[in-house]
Amino acid sequence: MTDPGPASPAKRILTRSSGCSTSVDTTPPLSPAARFSSCTWRSTERTGDAGGPTAHAWPWAPGAALIPSGGDLGAEPLRVSRDCAESGGPGSSGHVWRKEAAVGRRGGSGCACPCACSAARMRVKVLSRNPDDYVRETKLDLQRVPRNYDPALHPFEVAREYVRALNATKLERVFAKPFLSSLDGHRDGVNCMAKHPKSLSTVLSGACDGEVRIWNLTKRQCIRALQAHEGFVRGMCARFCGTSFFTVGDDKTVKQWKMESPGYGEEEEPIHTILGKTVYTGIDHHWKDAVFATCGQQVDIWDEQRTSPMCSLTWGFDSISSVKFNPIETYLLGSCASDRNIVLYDMRQSTPLKKVILNMRTNTLCWNPMEAFIFTAANEDYNLYTFDMRFLTSPVMVHMDHVSAVLDVDYSPTGKEFVSASFDKSVRIFPVDKGHSREVYHTKRMQHVITVKWTSDSRYILCGSDEMNIRLWKANASEKLGVLAPREKAAMNYNQKLKEKFQHHPQIKRIARHRHLPKSIYCQIKEQRIMREARRRKELNRRKHSKPGSVPVVSEKKKHIVAVVQ
Amino acid sequence: MAEEWLGAEAAGSGSEEEEEEQEDGERRHQQLLEAVSALTGRKRRKLAERSEASAQVSEFNVSCKGAGEKLVLSELLQPIRARSALSGVKKELSRVKQKKAVELPLSKEEAERVVREAAYAKSSKDVGKWQPVVLQNRRAEQLVFPLKEEIVAVAPLEQVVSAWKPRTPLEQEIFGLLHKTQQPITDPLLTPQEKASLQAMSLEEAKRRRAELQKARVLQSYYEAKARREKKIKSKKYHRVLKKSKRRKALKEFEMLQKSDPEAALAKLEELDQLRMEERMSLKHQNKGKWARSRAIMAKYDLEARKAMQEQLARNKELTQKVRVELPEEEPADVPEEDLTSTAIPPVSVGASRANPWMLGKPSDPAQEPDVPEGLGDAAVPVAVESKEEMSEEEEELSEEEALLQDFQQKRQARQQQGEGPEQHSEELTVLPGVHSVIEQGADETEVSEQLPGDGPIHPVSVEEQVSPVIELPLQAQEEPLLSEQLHRVQTMEDIEALASEELTAEQEKPVAVGTEKPACRQEEGKAAPKPAKKPTTKKKIISLQSVLSGKLQEAQCPSLPVVVVEEEGGFDQRGVITEAFAGDDVVADFNREKRKAEQAAKPQPLNLVLPGWGEWGGTGLKPSNKKIKRFLIKPAPAPPRKDQHLPHVIINEQRNIHAAAHQVSELPFPFEKHQQFEQCIRTPVGSTWNTQRAFQKLTAPRVVTRAGHIIQPISAEDVPSMAATTDTGTKLALQTAPEQHKQSSRRPRKRAR
Repeated sequence: MTDPGPASPAKRILTRSSGCSTSVDTTPPLSPAARFSSCTWRSTERTGDAGGPTAHAWPWAPGAALIPSGGDLGAEPLRVSRDCAESGGPGSSGHVWRKEAAVGRRGGSGCACPCACSAARMRVKVLSRNPDDYVRETKLDLQRVPRNYDPALHPFEVAREYVRALNATKLERVFAKPFLSSLDGHRDGVNCMAKHPKSLSTVLSGACDGEVRIWNLTKRQCIRALQAHEGFVRGMCARFCGTSFFTVGDDKTVKQWKMESPGYGEEEEPIHTILGKTVYTGIDHHWKDAVFATCGQQVDIWDEQRTSPMCSLTWGFDSISSVKFNPIETYLLGSCASDRNIVLYDMRQSTPLKKVILNMRTNTLCWNPMEAFIFTAANEDYNLYTFDMRFLTSPVMVHMDHVSAVLDVDYSPTGKEFVSASFDKSVRIFPVDKGHSREVYHTKRMQHVITVKWTSDSRYILCGSDEMNIRLWKANASEKLGVLAPREKAAMNYNQKLKEKFQHHPQIKRIARHRHLPKSIYCQIKEQRIMREARRRKELNRRKHSKPGSVPVVSEKKKHIVAVVQ
Repeated sequence: MAEEWLGAEAAGSGSEEEEEEQEDGERRHQQLLEAVSALTGRKRRKLAERSEASAQVSEFNVSCKGAGEKLVLSELLQPIRARSALSGVKKELSRVKQKKAVELPLSKEEAERVVREAAYAKSSKDVGKWQPVVLQNRRAEQLVFPLKEEIVAVAPLEQVVSAWKPRTPLEQEIFGLLHKTQQPITDPLLTPQEKASLQAMSLEEAKRRRAELQKARVLQSYYEAKARREKKIKSKKYHRVLKKSKRRKALKEFEMLQKSDPEAALAKLEELDQLRMEERMSLKHQNKGKWARSRAIMAKYDLEARKAMQEQLARNKELTQKVRVELPEEEPADVPEEDLTSTAIPPVSVGASRANPWMLGKPSDPAQEPDVPEGLGDAAVPVAVESKEEMSEEEEELSEEEALLQDFQQKRQARQQQGEGPEQHSEELTVLPGVHSVIEQGADETEVSEQLPGDGPIHPVSVEEQVSPVIELPLQAQEEPLLSEQLHRVQTMEDIEALASEELTAEQEKPVAVGTEKPACRQEEGKAAPKPAKKPTTKKKIISLQSVLSGKLQEAQCPSLPVVVVEEEGGFDQRGVITEAFAGDDVVADFNREKRKAEQAAKPQPLNLVLPGWGEWGGTGLKPSNKKIKRFLIKPAPAPPRKDQHLPHVIINEQRNIHAAAHQVSELPFPFEKHQQFEQCIRTPVGSTWNTQRAFQKLTAPRVVTRAGHIIQPISAEDVPSMAATTDTGTKLALQTAPEQHKQSSRRPRKRAR
């Protein structure tokens, strides 16, 4: 460990370290006395040095009191530091090798270093680092940068994070370009859509002229078109296995089609056709069994193999506009009829369960795919109502933002959000637990949006509208598409967290909330705000000027429910 | 009888025909008489009189007057009361009387409702078992979708192909062609040859081959590394020694060969001759090359260069010299050149490298080569070998590798010929563990080193403080719209900046407006008594960014202003009351004290830069000198005059910064209950600047993770591992909730419209 040969003390280099020992040569070319003129040893324990050789009689033994004896003696075994010999002493011309601590050295000799010195060679334990901590394994690895997380070294954390959050919010708004593409090809308004249960890139759509088209979303092309019905295609759904799909139309038929396009020389014709007595207005397939349900005058539940329904469920005599199977508890069904009610059914017992009557008609409903008892209804009174099917007396949440009738609703597969399509030519995204939308999508050319779907990977939204187009949107407007590098991902998560953390700060809130709206919707919103305010004021005044208790306070949730019928 | 009468009356009232009216009246009269007589208590049975002609004549003298009336059982029983013979009948009849009639069946609607109620209770109970799962998911810090990792099932090619049939003429033609050539189209998809070849190799053999290949690869890489290492050695001395030793070896070899296999030696000699011829033809050692020319230039001044040149010339001479042929009976040898080098390895090195399984019978350890003593002369080196030494080292190394590989090849061939010899097996076996151990060791090392960085200390950063799970949905009434919808579109950063600044101005306008109000107020206050309703701006607690920044909670600068209302109309009485009420506390003095305190607090503090011990003696009990203090205590500029210095009854807080206020939160956001909580939340940094990598990842983990291109299926009971366990609790929950609901709803519907 010790190197032979002379080395001048001025050229010595020491490393700060812990652990292994390196040698420091302190052998001067001079006599021991001269050596002490340039290199001196101090030790806190050493003041009364008796055991060491006489050559080490400390030149300024009382001076030991001046040395700060270091509070952290036990922390590091040894610390050797170079020190300008300002603190005086007889041999202060050169450098001083100050050795502090040496707690465990309380031996009979009183000192460790003199032995080394006596051998004209000194072995000094020096701190050193483990190469594993700083040497890369391969050159492709990132350099490991040791970092001191002492908060004193990184001040202003809130201010800095605030600025980062502000920037992230601004960038989010700048990059918010949700519109991806428009699928055109239909020759009439798009009336209904269906997702392929097994393929993300496939989507089906039915138009008002009875045409059904199947689209490839990655290529953004129509891959198949077929004339399914005369008149509207009222509803369509894919079989759970994805091999076939069903359509119902104005021509009072239910048709089952193959998902694959017909082969060479084959004709495009349905696998099965069921002729009904009345018009079917909607259809939905069971999530696990070969059973589907249609609605019209009544809710019919069909076995795929039979031409007559397994059972018909009626309650009241109005036409039913939509029927949906519960995706989790698959025997449950929900339907909404034009006599303003929502009816729940149980397929096992083939009986209706309960009926809620709202102020206005419900157009569609959709079950939450992650919460078995939650469903959302799209109402004519511009609102959406989220119900817990066990407590129907009041909705869990009223979602208001649309300015015209809501025509369709679809849940995100994560069950955290849903998208709604409205007659006011816009699509809105609502968090399930919020009363207002987090996003509104519109374009100049998009007319009344009739149908909307959230894709099964929860990344995109499809909406079909009156002006014959299907539009593809990002569910998260500013999301970057494509593969993200891990660092990009980390940055994205961090930004997201920052936005969340500082969301209540006025500047950030203001920027994050800003949305552009077409004038028609903007004006209508304003108008409705005024109307609502007026109504509220009137109610307040009435309450103020009438006998206490005669004008009860009705909560917003209860206001829209007329009755619950057992 | 009274019953009868009433019944008769009811019947009578029912008829309205005029003809019968008279008769009716008569009957009533009769009945009245009877009733009256009954009242007297005398029981009298009276036979009905037949007063007129009637179509219904009864032989028992029963009139038909009560034809339309109801028959009452008690009436029938009356006459048989006395007779004991009829008592059985009587009993029976009385029993019949006690029996109640079966109720009418429920109406269809009612029945349906009952069924519905029961069904609803049942299904809501069934659905209720999801309650814990739903709550758990709502509370979850992170949800990863899809819940169930789907297994990508690749349909076997055979299946795909068998399902497909040629349809178009072109396809059919191609299919036909394929059939002709007997290409397998459907099931196994392998030609017979392929099948045979597949079957030929057993698993064991495949393993062995693989091991062999592995070994070969490792060896190759080992030698490559070695060659590279050796090539890098710059020491001339080393190379010289190496060359010499090689020469010596070759010489020895040759001598050995001469003794053992003279034919081979002769062949070798011939070869050498060949080399000589080549050398003569070439200009290799004639001082004509680039290097030689450069040497020639240098030779004048450099002894070394001269020496080198001479050496080369000597080499040329040697090479071109004719070799004496001593052995006429030499036989052609089939030993390849490569083998020459590979066999030229001393056995010592083999022994030395015993530890390394790769080195069994292989070239010597590189570490040993420098140890060869240098003192031996190099004069007696055969020319031919010398010439071989001229080849580049790399080539030599390559040849070694080739030799090794060839060795393997040979081995394999031998095995194929012999079948599987047991010795080879054992050899393989002895070799293999070494491989594995080496590989494993390497793997372990990498593993360990991989683990090391991961084991770093994790800072105890509580994530829970950051994310407060919102279980209950916020109140509808409190909620404001999430979006602020505008007519103009924000597309660039400039727009957003403008948006921010616009907001800022809007924010600023408000305080300015307040400010303009204030002077007016002040003027008034200057004139008259203190304003009754004037309140300090600080009363409303503001969560200021500044206070958060400074890291300490800002104390309320001044409490609410005590207001002394002096009303003139109230007169002496009221004043008396007030003074009585506030007798204990001296409000005005308190206020003055508050104000003084606020003034003191607002004064700028001097900056102390005095460092003890610098330039003078330091230690406990020693104070820095006054001179030093004077020098390093920096006095601040005097603060501008306070706005409220002439307003004795007002404290104006000048701490509030309008510019900062635009960035501050003025209301406590929803889930927080105290402003301290919120400040704490804001003060905890999230970024990697302040947190370790692990903590940073933990803190910034997104709430919902989805994977691109993966279909998210609705949740099902299989997805939830606890579902089977929780079903019981779930049903319990549902039982708790559902019946209540059921009761409520069952009470109501009668009133409601159906």
